Amino acid sequence: MNQSSKGISNWLLLLGVIVLSVTPLIFLKGAEFTGADGQAAEVIGKVKPEYQPWFKPLFEPPSKEIESLLFSSQAALGAGIIGYAIGLYKGRSQQQRNKE
Amino acid sequence: MLRIILTSKRASLLLMGVLSFYVVVSAAAPAYGMHIMEGYLPPAWAAFWWLVALPFMILGVRSLTRITKANPELKLLLALAGAFTFVLSALKLPSVTGSCSHPTGTGLGAVLFGPLAMSVLGTLVLVFQALLLAHGGLTTLGANAFSMAIAGPFAAYWIYHWTMQLTGKQKTAIFLAATLADLLTYVITSVQLALAFPAPVGGFIASFAKFAGIFAITQVPLAISEGLLTVLVWNWLQSYSPQELEILQSIKGKPQTHESI
Repeated sequence: MNQSSKGISNWLLLLGVIVLSVTPLIFLKGAEFTGADGQAAEVIGKVKPEYQPWFKPLFEPPSKEIESLLFSSQAALGAGIIGYAIGLYKGRSQQQRNKE
Repeated sequence: MLRIILTSKRASLLLMGVLSFYVVVSAAAPAYGMHIMEGYLPPAWAAFWWLVALPFMILGVRSLTRITKANPELKLLLALAGAFTFVLSALKLPSVTGSCSHPTGTGLGAVLFGPLAMSVLGTLVLVFQALLLAHGGLTTLGANAFSMAIAGPFAAYWIYHWTMQLTGKQKTAIFLAATLADLLTYVITSVQLALAFPAPVGGFIASFAKFAGIFAITQVPLAISEGLLTVLVWNWLQSYSPQELEILQSIKGKPQTHESI
């Protein structure tokens, strides 16, 4: 019983995250949703117009597509490890419970 | 009996699948991020933050080797904590300010393993993003590591322990630790930028207000999301790996706590 109420609260946690990320998309129709760092660069440009970045990234993804590929690989890799670890722990705890 | 176990296993596999899918799909949103970009800190400030961050990284490596040597069975949990910040910092989420930013995911590992361990794991994530994604940078790595991998985790660690002492409610403590650490990371980013670029009129304060308006306010809903996701993973750990959590508890209970911090 305890287990199933925990299951429900886990779903609620996920739902909360989805609501939090979808709400701005629905209510801010005209917004561009660019990165906060780009806006910071604009502010730097206003505060100190003569400032020039003195170092360039060694490697830049050649296109938006490649960049999103790399970002999703990062997330996929991490999610894979989390899934593996939690899955292993879960299997192990069930095995122990079956033994008892 | 077996069937019940099978279906509940399937249900939670499905839950994990959905989370992974959500994580992967939302990461594919058009890019930009929010660490201080390559070359955007003047050399003196870049060097300053490198000097501040380095000792924490060295102590962090020592803390990690000590933890994994004493308890090799904790390596998987350590990988999980690292993977959690890896995933969350790939997730660029839309926010109420009409711009995007991503969570940090450092709170979980800081509560589990102590902030020094996270100073290493968080920095690794930043190195990956700086080298492969042109997100953040090598010259600004010291500053970004200080905000995300040092200040955030230390805040998470203390907030968790204070909340536990005051209320004894573990989930509230985890939520607050992860949320506030995430938020603080971007407040620090704003401070770093304001220090390097004080406004001609109004100086540091005026600049800080501008940068905080961009970074910190954007971060509020994302920080809450991070808090919720951290509690979710915590729930899984509590149900499935109570042994590991106990080992960690006993490590922290030992007298050399100041070292494992």
